[in-house]
Amino acid sequence: MTWVNDVVHGILLGGVYALLASGLALMFGVMRIINLAHGSLALVGAYMAFLCTEHLHISTYLALAPVLPGALIVGYLLQRTMLERSLRAGPLVPLLTTFGLLIVIANLLQYSFSPDVHSLGEGRIGLATFDVSSTLTIAWFDVLTFGVAVVVLVGLQLVLRYSQLGRELRATAADPDTAELVGVNARAVYARATAIAVATAALAGVFYGMRSGFDPNSGANELLYAFEAVVIGGIGSLWGTLWGGIVLGVAQAVGAQINTEYFALSGHVVFLVVLVGRVALQSQLVVPRLRRAQA
Amino acid sequence: MTALLAVEDLDVRHGLLQAVRQVSLELAEGETLALVGANGAGKTTLLRAIAGAHRPAGGRILLEGHDITNRQAHRRAKLGIALVPEGRRLFPDLTVEENLRVAGAARRPGPWTVREVVRAFPLLEPLLRKRAASLSGGEQQATAIGRALMTNPRVLLLDEVSLGLAPIVVDDVYRSLTRLIEGGATILLVEQDLARAMRVADRVACMLEGRVVLEGARGELTREQVTEAYFGLRRREATA
Repeated sequence: MTWVNDVVHGILLGGVYALLASGLALMFGVMRIINLAHGSLALVGAYMAFLCTEHLHISTYLALAPVLPGALIVGYLLQRTMLERSLRAGPLVPLLTTFGLLIVIANLLQYSFSPDVHSLGEGRIGLATFDVSSTLTIAWFDVLTFGVAVVVLVGLQLVLRYSQLGRELRATAADPDTAELVGVNARAVYARATAIAVATAALAGVFYGMRSGFDPNSGANELLYAFEAVVIGGIGSLWGTLWGGIVLGVAQAVGAQINTEYFALSGHVVFLVVLVGRVALQSQLVVPRLRRAQA
Repeated sequence: MTALLAVEDLDVRHGLLQAVRQVSLELAEGETLALVGANGAGKTTLLRAIAGAHRPAGGRILLEGHDITNRQAHRRAKLGIALVPEGRRLFPDLTVEENLRVAGAARRPGPWTVREVVRAFPLLEPLLRKRAASLSGGEQQATAIGRALMTNPRVLLLDEVSLGLAPIVVDDVYRSLTRLIEGGATILLVEQDLARAMRVADRVACMLEGRVVLEGARGELTREQVTEAYFGLRRREATA
């Protein structure tokens, strides 16, 4: 029954990773940018929520009311002022730009909040649990986190599929020059995509902060988990991101059951296995095709 | 009378290569101008510069007398310039209907809706929910023209609409185009097929090495004159 327990908790943990990874997948899918500062932006969301709870004396959930619109604005401005310029300079420059941003954010957070570990209160739901069986107890907070992840992913999927913004996002992702020719402002579409991505990152950061402690350097870890979830699930697919987050969460929970030190390691191993397997599968499919084409 | 679209002394460069040299053209409302010329003559570059996909190195582009030379492509689409690009360039993962609706972002007030596009191109009706990538060449071309029409354009720029299509499909596409022309559309058409171009256009301009070397009304030009200009056997002779 312990294993079932681990799998269930792993699935619920996967919700946080999926939430964190959804913005990363969106930015890569639309702009082909791997945003190395994604985890740090999530962390900024957590620190902003921390500021709200400390100074306005409101709950973490209420703190989302100012944090999420703020994140939307930050994302929009980040794209228009920084990423848009670096995108024009070739595919490597955005990578370097976001790496620089990661370092700047970590240092600014350390300067402003000290290197100490902070955490966010989960409210009364943090202590509430329910029993599925005599050996399986689930925390309501984990269910809430997973539910929020599913709602965000379903919402993003519906927006992409059925709204004009979604059609413009998909069209711009496929061919930004032609999208411009039919009246789509590709730069504004990119900015909206980044705004949504940063808002989902901030939301994930707040839930991550309620789940565990965070410090100014946690951004790199968060990025790593998000990146692993995206790669496991298949780059560019939102449902794949949820699946990737769940696989990563289950791997970590099962790893921790074997030995608590294996928590992070087991996730990395699964990520590597999937990555190598995918590369091998692609080369199996692509190399014979190339050979046939050359013959 | 002010021309609906005017190009004045336009120069367009691709790096060191000057693709369009001092080109001037005018297009009146409801008129169809066919731009013919061999590969590399600068026709596609000129069309893309008018649509805003290339920034000119010199000269001006005027829409109803207003200078739009420095406007971005999406703003020109909103002002009423729509390009059907060479090779169709549909959004492959979007359905036919989504390809049409994505152009709705730039809608000027006007008659074109998904329903009207389907009426103009009935072959699209059963395909609305199909991904663009799965369409045949003719279906893709109809979708690309429909997508441009969805912006309710004042000037429709058509780049090599017959390229890569079977002759029977080209006939279909041109039948639809003829209906658009009869309906009063203003069209600048790039075409390599001289016979077709001279059949549908009110005027013909021939480009060679980036310049317009021959221009005139359909009735004023003979097939031989155009062919000579097409292959560079005849230098500039613009008919007033």
